[in-house]
Amino acid sequence: MTRNGVAVDFTDVTRVYGAVRALDGFTLHIEPGEMVALLGPSGCGKTTALRILAGLDEQTSGTVAVDGHDVTDVPPNKRDMGMVFQAYSLFPHLTVLDNVAFGLKLRGKARRERTDLAADMLDLVGLSEHKQKYASQLSGGQQQRVALARALAIQPRVLLLDEPLSALDAKVRVQLRDEIRRVQLEVGTTTLFVTHDQEEALAVADRVGVVNEGRLEQVAAPADVYAHPATPFVAEFVGLNNKVSAQVVDGRAHLLGMSMPAARGSIGSGSGVALVRPESVTVTADPAGAASVTSVAFLGPISLVHCALADGSPIVAQVGSAHTTGLAPGVQVTVGVEPAELLVVPAAAKP
Amino acid sequence: MISSRLRGRIGRGLLLALFAAFFLFPLYAMADFSTRNLIQGGRTLQAWMNLVQNEMLYRAIIVSLLLAVFTVVLMLVLLVPTMIWVRLRAPWGRRLVEFLCLLPLTIPALVIVVGLRNVYLWVVYFFGESALTLTFVYTVLVLPFAYRSLDAALSAIDLKTLAEAARSLGAGWTTTILRVVVPNIWSGILSAAFISIAVVLGEYTIASLSGYQNLQVVIVAIGKTDGPTSVAASLATLVFGFMLLLVLSLVTRGRRPGGASIASTAAQKGRP
Repeated sequence: MTRNGVAVDFTDVTRVYGAVRALDGFTLHIEPGEMVALLGPSGCGKTTALRILAGLDEQTSGTVAVDGHDVTDVPPNKRDMGMVFQAYSLFPHLTVLDNVAFGLKLRGKARRERTDLAADMLDLVGLSEHKQKYASQLSGGQQQRVALARALAIQPRVLLLDEPLSALDAKVRVQLRDEIRRVQLEVGTTTLFVTHDQEEALAVADRVGVVNEGRLEQVAAPADVYAHPATPFVAEFVGLNNKVSAQVVDGRAHLLGMSMPAARGSIGSGSGVALVRPESVTVTADPAGAASVTSVAFLGPISLVHCALADGSPIVAQVGSAHTTGLAPGVQVTVGVEPAELLVVPAAAKP
Repeated sequence: MISSRLRGRIGRGLLLALFAAFFLFPLYAMADFSTRNLIQGGRTLQAWMNLVQNEMLYRAIIVSLLLAVFTVVLMLVLLVPTMIWVRLRAPWGRRLVEFLCLLPLTIPALVIVVGLRNVYLWVVYFFGESALTLTFVYTVLVLPFAYRSLDAALSAIDLKTLAEAARSLGAGWTTTILRVVVPNIWSGILSAAFISIAVVLGEYTIASLSGYQNLQVVIVAIGKTDGPTSVAASLATLVFGFMLLLVLSLVTRGRRPGGASIASTAAQKGRP
């Protein structure tokens, strides 16, 4: 079952639709067997990159190589890539088993062999008891699992997942997300996963690439992307961020009466805006505090405490729900930031 | 409550009976007339036997049936790949194709015949003088109906995703169309085919004006000398067309667009 994946290389790939540059000098290397998630808002070009790799779209310039070979002129049906689509894509006229065996049939496998292989694949995604059903008899999550089994049955060189979870409801989404990761690790296929959901990307991928306006802003391990965003856009898109005005002096950021190191990519000196994650913000009830609580949103294990700073600007703190006693709207508080590197961007920057 | 339901039922039954009488009475009259022995009185099946015994009529029936088959084949071969292609690769051309396909509806048969005269000089030059060359005109003539059926069927499936899924699994275009798209628009193809057959079997004007002998032309010709036989032929055509449409409605009802069997449809209904 285990297969060594192949490397995938996008080199300076650009795709222009009329006046829109959907991809603009997109360069990405994917290691054999690695799972890379492309994360970005809709229309940022991440799906275009995936479709170009699949051969369903064509780049205007640049090259795409699989296992070191340029695949630009290879039609999609010869690229050997398994793809799971955002929309349900099972063939409605075939049973689940025949859907999974479809690609094997095209590869000239004997009936016996393809039925066995397809059954194995359905085992892998936990749907062996639904073999004889039709797509219309399955739930959305089951359909996407069959689609995954179908994509993997052909033992593709690369697995392409185009927002496979976005049509599903929240609970199924999390389940299937973990399932996809488990299966991917089991078969070891190089995988490109496209999503607009940061939690999804951070949870499953070896590396996350954040895409904005056709460009890769940052590619790094999920923890790095989260902790050390390379650009204001990444900081803004990955996680909710507070913007707190800060002064940078000698490589240190001064804000809320505290001082901490300014991260790489920050402005050199002068005043700017520090991007602070809600979980790094501390709120303490303090009758002498300059800030006040405006509202508290209870989210189960955690709560979001919205405060107004002395100058009236808003800030959100994420606090364990056990620690919110005494934090009611109107209460005076002291707001602080846990010491860590902070990214400070020019005040006018619109991330 | 119950009485109003009952009243509704009675009303419906009454309406149905009224419609049935309206439509079936002429058919009954035709059946009665075509089995009457006009000279000696009593009943005879001679008119119906003439359908195969009368050389001219028999040949016309064969010609019309062949025309129907050829028209359907040519229409499907032309239209199905074109419509799929336009939807997938040239969406800007969809309105144009629709307009072109609906155009024959707006042009009177007489104008078509006059316009086709020049074209048919070439058609006859290449294919010889045969009533079967009407296939080409009839293919144009059935385009509006066939287009509508196929368009509805194609709209009911996610063509782009299905085609891309098939392609990514290794299917070339021919395989994609034949093994993935066609089975999923099967009901549309059937209805396009049946409606085309009905149109071709009932066509008179163009055949008559261009001097070819199809079934309708011969029925009219025979009607001038032998009433019962021409009525028998008309009734046979009507019943045949009616049966085709009945089969069509049964097939498309029993068969889901997905092509799943009736059993699976029932199973699905059982699901919440």
